[in-house]
Order: sequence, then C-alpha cells, then structure tokens
Amino acid sequence: MARYTPPEQSKIGQLIDVVVLLGLSLGALFVPLRMGLSGAAKVVATPVENPTWETLGQTAVQAAQYEALGYTPATAHDLILARFDYSFEWSSLILMAVLIIGYFVIMLRLSEQEYKDVINEKFGE
Amino acid sequence: MANTDITSKVMDGMGPHGTKVGLLRVLGPAHVWALGVGIVLVGEYMGWNFAVGKGGAYAALIACWFAGILYTCVAMIDSEVTSTVAAAGGQYTQAKHIIGPLMAFNVGLYLVFAYTMLEAGNAITAGYLVSVVAGMTGYEGVLDQRPFIILVIMFLAWLNYRGVLATLTFNLVITAVAFVAIIVLFFATSGIIGTGIMNHAALMEGQAALPYGTLGILAAMHFGLWFYLGIEGTTQAAEEVRSPARALPFGTLAGIMTLLIAATLTWYICTGILPWEFLGDGVNGSVAPLFDAARLSGSTGLVWLLGFGTLFATLASANGCINDASRAWFSMGRDRYLPKWFGAVHPKYRTPYRSIIFLVPIALIFALGAPLDQVITFSILSGLLGYTFMPLNVILFRRKWPLDSIKRGYEHPFHPLPAYVLLALCAITYVAVFLGYGTQLIAMILFYVVVSLWFHFWRYRFVNRGAQFTMPWPRPKGY
Repeated sequence: MARYTPPEQSKIGQLIDVVVLLGLSLGALFVPLRMGLSGAAKVVATPVENPTWETLGQTAVQAAQYEALGYTPATAHDLILARFDYSFEWSSLILMAVLIIGYFVIMLRLSEQEYKDVINEKFGE
Repeated sequence: MANTDITSKVMDGMGPHGTKVGLLRVLGPAHVWALGVGIVLVGEYMGWNFAVGKGGAYAALIACWFAGILYTCVAMIDSEVTSTVAAAGGQYTQAKHIIGPLMAFNVGLYLVFAYTMLEAGNAITAGYLVSVVAGMTGYEGVLDQRPFIILVIMFLAWLNYRGVLATLTFNLVITAVAFVAIIVLFFATSGIIGTGIMNHAALMEGQAALPYGTLGILAAMHFGLWFYLGIEGTTQAAEEVRSPARALPFGTLAGIMTLLIAATLTWYICTGILPWEFLGDGVNGSVAPLFDAARLSGSTGLVWLLGFGTLFATLASANGCINDASRAWFSMGRDRYLPKWFGAVHPKYRTPYRSIIFLVPIALIFALGAPLDQVITFSILSGLLGYTFMPLNVILFRRKWPLDSIKRGYEHPFHPLPAYVLLALCAITYVAVFLGYGTQLIAMILFYVVVSLWFHFWRYRFVNRGAQFTMPWPRPKGY
C-alpha cells in the first residue's frame, strides 16, 4: 500500500478548525438552554395557599429539620411540592434509542474503514 | 508471545511520536489513586443528591449501588487495557489502537467534555461555598461568586502548567483530607461515637420513601453516576507513571473501592439528617449536602471540617480534571486529530501547556454561563458515551489480541461478563437520562454525529495513517 502523506495545514486552517469545533460544542449546550428545551424543570402541580408544615405533608421531624435549615412553610413551599413530570411518549424513547444505536453503528463502520488503512500502512499489506 | 511486554524493565510500551521532549515519568500508585479519587470524591460532596430529587432517597441508594457495579466493570476493563496501552490520552489512545481513528476522536471529545464540564461544576460549587461561608461569618449582602469561580480555574490551571508531580501531590493531600472528613462526619453523627442525630425512619416515611414509585429508581440512575464519574481518568497518567503496568491497575482498583465506601457513607449521612426534597434540589436546596449535614450537627468543628472538605474536594476534582482534559486534548493534537499546535510539551515544565491554557476559557464559559444541573448532565452524558465505548473496546481488544499475544499487567476476570453488564447498565442509564433531560441527550448525540462527519470527511485528511499506531504490538488478529 502506498504510504499516505497528509497535507500540511496552514495556521489559519488550524484556527478555523478549532473555531468550528468550539462553536459546535457551545451550541450543543447553550442552544437547548437558551431555547428553554433542556432539562425538565420541576413544577408545582397543586400549590397550597397559606401553607403550613402539615398541609405541605411534613411530619414533625421533617418540619424541625426545615426550620433548622432556616425555612418557613412559605419559603419551603416550592422546594417541597415541585415534582418532575416523567410522562413520555414511547415514540420519543424509540427515537432516542434509534439515534444512539445509529450513532454507534455509523461510527464503528467508518472507524473500521479508517482502521484497515492504519493497519495496512503500519504492518504492510 | 510477541516482544510486547508492557511489564518489561527495558520496554515500557511507549511508541515514537516524533516529539523531542516527552512527558515526565515521575508518578507512583498513590498519585494514580489521588488522581482517580481526587476527581471523583467531589461527587460525594455535591451533585449526587440530584438522584434523590429524581427518585427519592431509597432510589438514590439503589442507583448508588447499581452505578457502583457499572464503575466496578469500568475499573476492571480499564485496568486491563490501560496496563497495556501506557500512553497519555487514556481511552482515546486505546480506541485509536483497538477500534479506529473516528472512534478515538469521539472518545477524546467525550473525555475532554466530561472533565471540562466537571471542572466547571467544581468551580461553581467552590464559588457557592465561599458565599455561604461569607454569610455565616456575618456578610449581609449577596456575594458575587464569579470572581471566586474564575480564581479557582485560573489557579489550578497555573498549577497544572507548572508540573504534574506538584499537581498530583497537592491532589493526594487534599483528597485524603476530604475523604477523612466524610469518615469523621459519619462517626460523629451516626451515634457510634457520642449521641447520634440520624433519623432515617422519620425522614423517609410516607411519600418521602419512593415519591415517583419504581420509575423514580430508574430515573435516579442518571445522577447515580455522579458518585463515581471520573475514576476512569486514572488512565490519563499512563505516560507519566514510573511503572504503568503495576501502578495503573493498583491505583484504579483501590480508587473504586475507596469510592464505594465513601458513596454509601455519604448517602447514609445525608438521608438521615436532611429532608429529601431539600436534599434532592441541588440548585435551590442543598448544593453541598455533606456541608449542610454538618451545619445541622450543631458542631462548629464539623462545619469547618466539612467546609474545608467540600472546598478541598472541589479543588482536587477541578485539578484532576484540568490534568485529564489537557492530556486528552494534547494527545489528539499530537496525532493531528486536532491542530498540531496543541501537541506541544513545555520545554521546562514538561507539561502539555498549550492544551492546559486553551481549555481554561472553555471551562469558564460553562462555569459562568450554565446552571449546575445542566453542566453536570453534560458531563454525565459525555462520560456515559465513553462507558458505552468501553465494553466494545475490551471485546475487540481480546478478539484482536488474545491473552497469549500481548502480556497484560492485569487481566480482568469473567470476560466477557463485565462487558455485557456494563453495556446493559449503560442502556438503563440512557433511559434514566431521557426521563427529565431527553432534549439535552438528543442535542448531545446530534453534536457527536455532526463532529464525527466533520472529522471523517474533513479533519482526517491531516492525519498520518500508520504513524498513529504507536504501541509495539503485533498485527491484530483478523487484519
């Protein structure tokens, strides 16, 4: 197999590659964040008016710990009652599974193509 | 058997990279332990408690132990492969030799993002801790945490720039203090010494037991990983330890044992003192649960000890993360997977200084611009993708280089059972992340799909083909 000689990359080219990679990484975190799509914020489904420890469902021991931490029923209201919503569409779960499996399958196949070249050049045909 | 003995006194498995100056071989097994545990122990001081929020206290305990099994598999598999691939870059270098360049590029990015996000999370926690201490010592205003976040990242980057031995010796000391602090808190609050303040039965009765039912147990696996995330980072020191075949397996396996003890004690202490809703909300409730538990103990000494423990754990973790992320970035630069400018070693300090400096502003952007749970989720997802790679990696490793072809420093038992268990637990954790953070998971996978295509169709043209394979191994079986 003929030995592959890679082209020399210019400094500007190197800089552009770094900027592209950085832009994609920042986008992966901040785009969902800025669009309000990331994370399932907990919600208070049924707020309690004029809350007390009892109406918030707290036992005497639990209430005592909250008070030791500096909370009152009013300030602890959202903290205690907020819950995740785990309802989901099966189609979304299947989509996620397909995406992850597809990602690994594509990556393994493309890696295998590249790997054969590496081995052939390293050890000879 | 081929002449590829990693345990040889005269051949250490290092391959030529064409660099004039290499990294210094100065570390021992204790440094490897300190690197692994140092990165992870902060997971006991903050972040794991989101698992309580996602499923309740019992769910968090089950997640803690299942995640413990996942990481035991990771440590066993990693120890075998790393004891043979003793080069900087850790799993990146393993992937390059065993699966192929594109996989290696992805694994390198998993490592960099998992560690850089973890570093950002540590800096956020350190900033929070300073603000709490300011409040406890009489400051009445709202302390701006940002200068402290910047200071933490800049100071540790400087330490890493100056040399690996000082960096990891510093880690060894502060990690030991942070671990001892957890043990002291356990003895002081559990009733073994003096009067106990634990009240598990009362704090976990009624809806507090399993607030989301069995689905909550599954959901809690997401943040259950945080108890141990980063232990695989021990492999990054492979090119800087004096005896990689002995020190890496020893340091890694001792590390996971330490963490299993620390994680269980942490769960026991915090769920016995703090109400689950407060404990489970790491943003508006308990940012630093062990510190909060110490505050409720009524002992000023414990408050100070756990305050320093939390601070030390965040510093040790951020320190180790800078070390590991920069080694992975440096290794990719050295192989031209990234611009070769990053592949330079400092002529005096013998550290990958350009990579260390380059990653500082990225850590700062995430630490100053994103909430803690998002930063942690980003880190966990990158780690999880890396754990999914590991079983594939070890199965192919054993297939391409059977046990009689390369001498290992450590051979993990029951192969391929740990690989299948790890794969199954990874699948469960993907579903756990999907419950609550599905959008971020999909955004992350799409990111890796796009960068994979970018690498395969553009970046890979700048990479030498045969020169990437630097281990003195025989030709892989079947090729």
